[in-house]
Amino acid sequence: MAYDTLIIGAGMSGLAAGIRLAQFDRRVLVLERHSLWGGLNSFYKLKGRPFDSGLHALTNFVPKGTAGVPLTRALRQLRIGYDELKLGQQGHSEIRFDGRLLKFTNQPEVFFGEVAREFPEEIDGLRRMVHEFAPYDAVSIENADSSAREQLQRYVRAPELIEILMLPTCIYGSAREDDLDWDQFQILFRALFLEGFSRPEGGVRTLLDLLVKRFRKVGGELRMNSGVQSILVRKGTAIGVRLDSGEELLAERVFSSAGHAETLRLIHGQDNSEHRAAGDASAGAARLSFFEAISVLDTLPANLGIDSAVTFFNHGQEFRYRRPKTPIDVQSGVICSPNNFERCELSEGFVRFTALANHAHWRNLPEPEYVAQKQICADQMLASATAAMPALGAIGAHSLMRDTFTPRTIEHYTGHVGGAVYGSPVKCRDGRLGVERLALIGTDQGMLGIVGALLSGITIANQQALMEAAR
Amino acid sequence: MTQDEVVTAIKDIIAQIAPDEDLSSLEMDVRLREQIELDSMDFLDIVMELRKLYGVQVPEKDYMELATLGGCVKYLHPLLEKKSLHCAQRA
Ligand SMILES: Cc1cc2nc3c(=O)[nH]c(=O)nc-3n(C[C@H](O)[C@H](O)[C@H](O)COP(=O)(O)OP(=O)(O)OC[C@H]3O[C@@H](n4cnc5c(N)ncnc54)[C@H](O)[C@@H]3O)c2cc1C
Repeated sequence: MAYDTLIIGAGMSGLAAGIRLAQFDRRVLVLERHSLWGGLNSFYKLKGRPFDSGLHALTNFVPKGTAGVPLTRALRQLRIGYDELKLGQQGHSEIRFDGRLLKFTNQPEVFFGEVAREFPEEIDGLRRMVHEFAPYDAVSIENADSSAREQLQRYVRAPELIEILMLPTCIYGSAREDDLDWDQFQILFRALFLEGFSRPEGGVRTLLDLLVKRFRKVGGELRMNSGVQSILVRKGTAIGVRLDSGEELLAERVFSSAGHAETLRLIHGQDNSEHRAAGDASAGAARLSFFEAISVLDTLPANLGIDSAVTFFNHGQEFRYRRPKTPIDVQSGVICSPNNFERCELSEGFVRFTALANHAHWRNLPEPEYVAQKQICADQMLASATAAMPALGAIGAHSLMRDTFTPRTIEHYTGHVGGAVYGSPVKCRDGRLGVERLALIGTDQGMLGIVGALLSGITIANQQALMEAAR
Repeated sequence: MTQDEVVTAIKDIIAQIAPDEDLSSLEMDVRLREQIELDSMDFLDIVMELRKLYGVQVPEKDYMELATLGGCVKYLHPLLEKKSLHCAQRA
C-alpha cells in the first residue's frame, strides 16, 4: 500500500513533519537508519547512567502563554501542551571572554546591564540593534544571506564586543566559518539572549517521548533500523525510496532530513561523479564539527562553585570559528551543566565540554589511537576550560566517569557527512532540490537547533503538503 | 447544525488548537485575532480541521470570511446545515 508521505530521518524535523501530516489523516511513514530516534539530539545509556547526546539547553525559552514566538508556535502546531515539556529554566549562563565575564539569564535586561558595565559606550548601539531586528515572520524563508560581522559594525564599534557576540551565536548555530548569516544571527541572538535557556526535566528524552507518542497517536508509522539507500525518481518526480534492505516503498511525496548534500547523494547515487561534483558545489561541504566530553561527578557542580548553566569561553581577543588544523581547538569552547537548570532530576553531577574539531583527523585515526586521542583531547579541553573558569579545577577529584564523542561519532549516528552539526553553509530555504515532490527539512533548510528543526518540519509540511490540499 | 452549533463547532476546534486560551467570553463581531492569539498557521489548522471533521473545503481566498465568529457562522452555516455537530477529540 502506497504512503502519502515518506520521511527520511526520525530527528526533530522528521518527527515534527510527521505529526503535522498524520494529524490531518495523511498516511505517513518515518524511516530511520539508527535503532533509536532523535538524530543529532538523541540519548543513550552508559554504565547505567542516562546521557543526552546533544542537549545543552533548549533555546527560545518563553513563559507559558507567550504568543507568536518559535517555541509556543511549534508546540501549538504539534498540539503538545507547554506543561508537558516540564521545562526547568536556567539560573544563569555566562560568556567568559579573555578575562571578561558577562552573565545572562532569561531576563534580557541582565545581559544588557552586563554589556553596559563592560562596554558603556556600546550599550545604546546594542539596544538599537535589537530594536531594528526584523520581526520573526520576516526572518523566515526568503532572506538573502549577508554577513553578521559586517552588519554588527553598524551598531557596535568595539571589536571585542563583536567577538563576544559572535562566540555564542556561532557555536550554537553557524554552519559558516568565522561568520554567520545576519538573519541567522538575529534568530540566534533572540533565541539565546532575548528568550533564553531551559531544559526539559528528564532531558531530551522527555521531548522525544512526547513527539513519538503524539506521532503514533495520530496514526503515524515509525520504522527503525530502516536506512534509505536511495530516493526513487521518475521523470523528475520523487515516487518513493529504496531501503538498505532492497525493499522499495512508494509514496506521493518524500521529505528528507538527511542533509542537503546527503540527500543529493540519495538521488544521484555515490558513484555518479558528475552529479556529485555538482551537488557538492551547490550544497557547500560542511566544515565544522565538534568534540564533546561529558564528566560525571559524585557531587553537584554547584557544590564546587560551578553554578552556570552554559558558559561560552574564549582565550585571546580574537574568536576563531573555523575547522582547526589540530584534532580540536581549545581556544574556545562551551561548558554546560544540566544540574544548573531548575527541575533537574539528575542526582549525580554532569558537566559537558564542547570544542571545535577536525573531522578528517578523527575519521582517519586507527582504533587504538582514536581511543587514546579522545582522552588526550578531553584533558586538553578541561585544562583550557579551567583556565577560563577556575572552579573546574575541583572536578578531577570528584570524577566518576567520563564519556567523549567526536565528529566521527556524530557522522556514524546521524549520517551527516563530516559530522556536521549545523549542516551545510548554504541553506536551502524553500526546501526544494529540483526534484518534484521531494523536500528538504531540518538543519539544511536553515532553521537552527531543536526548536528550529521542529519548525522546519512543521513549515515545510504546511507549505508543501497541507496548504496545497487547501487550495 | 444550527447557527449556535456552528459556533460550538468552531470553538471546539479552536480549543484543540489553542488549549491554553480562554474561549468563554469570545465576542461574535470582534476579530478572533484581537481576542485570542491566533496566527496564520492557526487559521490553516482551523481550515484543516473543518475539512477533517466535516468534509468542508474552505479555499484560501475565503479565509478572511472566518475572521470573526459571526463571519464563521455566516460563511459556514450554509455548508454545515445538513451535518451534525461532533466535537473534535483531542486526537
Ligand atoms: C553535540 C550537539 C549538541 C547540540 N546541542 C544543542 C542544544 O543544546 N540546543 C539545541 O537547540 N540544539 C542543539 N544541537 C542541535 C540539534 O541537535 C539539531 O539542530 C537538531 O536536532 C537537528 O535535527 P534535524 O531533524 O534537522 O536533523 P537530525 O537530527 O540529524 O535528523 C536526521 C535523521 O535522519 C537519519 N538519517 C540520515 N540519513 C538517513 C537515511 N539515508 N535513511 C534513514 N535515516 C537517515 C539520521 O540517522 C537522523 O536520525 C546539538 C547538536 C549536537 C550534535
